[in-house]
Amino acid sequence: MRSTPSVKTIAMILTGSLALAACATKAPKQLPPDPGAQVSTETAAPAAPQGPVPGSQADFAAQLMGQDTVYFDTDKSNIDQADQTALQAQAAWLAKYPAKRATIEGHADERGTREYNLALGERRANAAKNYLVSLGVDAARLATVTYGKDRPVALGSDEASWAKNRRAVTVTID
Amino acid sequence: MKPALGLLLSALLAAPALAQSAAPAAPAPAASDGPGIDVTVSDDSDWQNLGIAIPAFATNADVATQTSAGSTAQLGFSLAQVITADLQNNGLFKPTGPASLPRPALGQIQAPDYGSWSARKADMLVQGYVRGEANGQVTVGCYLYDVALGQQLGKAGWTVAPGEWRRAAHKCADMVYSRLSGENPFFDSRIAYIAETGPKDHRMKRLAIMDSDGANHRYLTTGQATAMTPRYSPDYKSILYLSYYNGSPRIYVYNLETNSQRLLLQSNYPLFAPRWSPDGKWILYSMAIGGNTDIYKMPSSGGSAVKLTDSPGIDIGGSFSPDGNRIVFESDRSGSQQVYVMNADGSGQQRISFFGGRAATPEWSPRGDQIAFTHIAGNFRIAVMDPSGGSMHYLTDNWQDEAPTWAPNGRVIQFFRTTRGTSGKTAIWQVDLTGRNERKLDTPVDGSDPAWGPLRP
Repeated sequence: MRSTPSVKTIAMILTGSLALAACATKAPKQLPPDPGAQVSTETAAPAAPQGPVPGSQADFAAQLMGQDTVYFDTDKSNIDQADQTALQAQAAWLAKYPAKRATIEGHADERGTREYNLALGERRANAAKNYLVSLGVDAARLATVTYGKDRPVALGSDEASWAKNRRAVTVTID
Repeated sequence: MKPALGLLLSALLAAPALAQSAAPAAPAPAASDGPGIDVTVSDDSDWQNLGIAIPAFATNADVATQTSAGSTAQLGFSLAQVITADLQNNGLFKPTGPASLPRPALGQIQAPDYGSWSARKADMLVQGYVRGEANGQVTVGCYLYDVALGQQLGKAGWTVAPGEWRRAAHKCADMVYSRLSGENPFFDSRIAYIAETGPKDHRMKRLAIMDSDGANHRYLTTGQATAMTPRYSPDYKSILYLSYYNGSPRIYVYNLETNSQRLLLQSNYPLFAPRWSPDGKWILYSMAIGGNTDIYKMPSSGGSAVKLTDSPGIDIGGSFSPDGNRIVFESDRSGSQQVYVMNADGSGQQRISFFGGRAATPEWSPRGDQIAFTHIAGNFRIAVMDPSGGSMHYLTDNWQDEAPTWAPNGRVIQFFRTTRGTSGKTAIWQVDLTGRNERKLDTPVDGSDPAWGPLRP
């Protein structure tokens, strides 16, 4: 995951700019990107000779365009409509590359105590994993790890940042 | 722990100048339940006006020592400084240290010049002496006098290894504190914590230990693996803590005698929140299986674990009552983090926090009468309540204070405070039960997850 931050960042910025209106309750709610935008990105990607190797983590991150991450409400770990859409996209990619394994990293925002947030991150990672399994992904291909509040992606102490940090990120293993 | 045992024996047997001492200054915690200690001092204003003079300790001969302080005369000065800092930093007294006071002669240590101390407006006087022993150890005598009454209030002595000279100062400060406050001692104790450096999204978290005053600081891990939530064993021989050493959160036992560590137990599931029982015979841990975290108890000597909680929510942490019969823990089974108590076998689980907001990280006072916890309602604040959930009151009010740990005497609490914003800075703070004497601890880098060990023997 750490090897492709720029790709992910760009994907998130694109998605974010398209989905700004959806930020009221769960700020970075990663709605599926506008079909037009997605098509243009996808057609551009294979054209570039230096694009990510198909089936790699870089490819996963590029293809998922931010949908490698699902977001949660405060103290919650339920999978809502937007999360389902993202996980369906993840499951589709995983179905295309059946040999690939993935780790789902569960995170919490800073507004919780350290130990509880570890357990909460674990619960979120498992919620995402269970949904992927329900979509037909073999549970044996999916590991989970929690980082609690230790690895925020947004550094502010405000609701918008916290919403970005309450997340489960799927990272495929190259 | 051989040094500590040796210290205790030395204190009892090898301090001839102090043979008239009725008892060691610092009884073992278990044996110290005297009358009066359950009284919580709710107003410290009288104490704060108490002027205590602490001149440099005298010596029979200024000779070299193997201590880091230097010769016996230099050591006498340093001892008085450490005692002054102990008493000052806890906000209870107004001590005046050796830098601005004349050093008494050896002959005056047991016969103070009350008139001159009275002229200096000292209410109390702490004097002492240092003597280098042939085997390299040092003997320290400590005397407390009431200047107005012209009376000795206490005395004690210790023979210590050169590397442990600060413990003699802490023992002396403990004697003074106990005699003047009626509370149990706590200065001669250690703290395990997490030393933090680096940016907020990439904090390096190292296991570290230090004396209660921040001295003798030592990093135990390099920071390559994130470390969290340490707990000193009651005998100070080892530390339980969480580490990502193998990529996932697991509990390790760090052996302080061999400086090696091992997994507490093999597990395919994440393990969090290690805790010792007060007698060191049991370990609590929390294990997450498929999104459901529960609390388990296992013998510290090894063997099979018992599952104590079985709710579908997150049950985590746990802190034994001093008698080991009950456990206070947190659970979100009601929908949000709240504090519960149960018997040590897991029976009789009962919620005790009913004050709105969330209640987390409960820690049972070593004195038994209070539970400290993090109350979350807007700000994160350190609060205490009685074991049935009554008499809740706040000790701090800041943006994010969490994870209280008790001083061995149940009179002072440390916790960590996170700075709001992008820095992610953390610091260890200390507050007493009045909530008035709050101060930041000096640590070499940022600090979190303090865990206060018991009074050393």
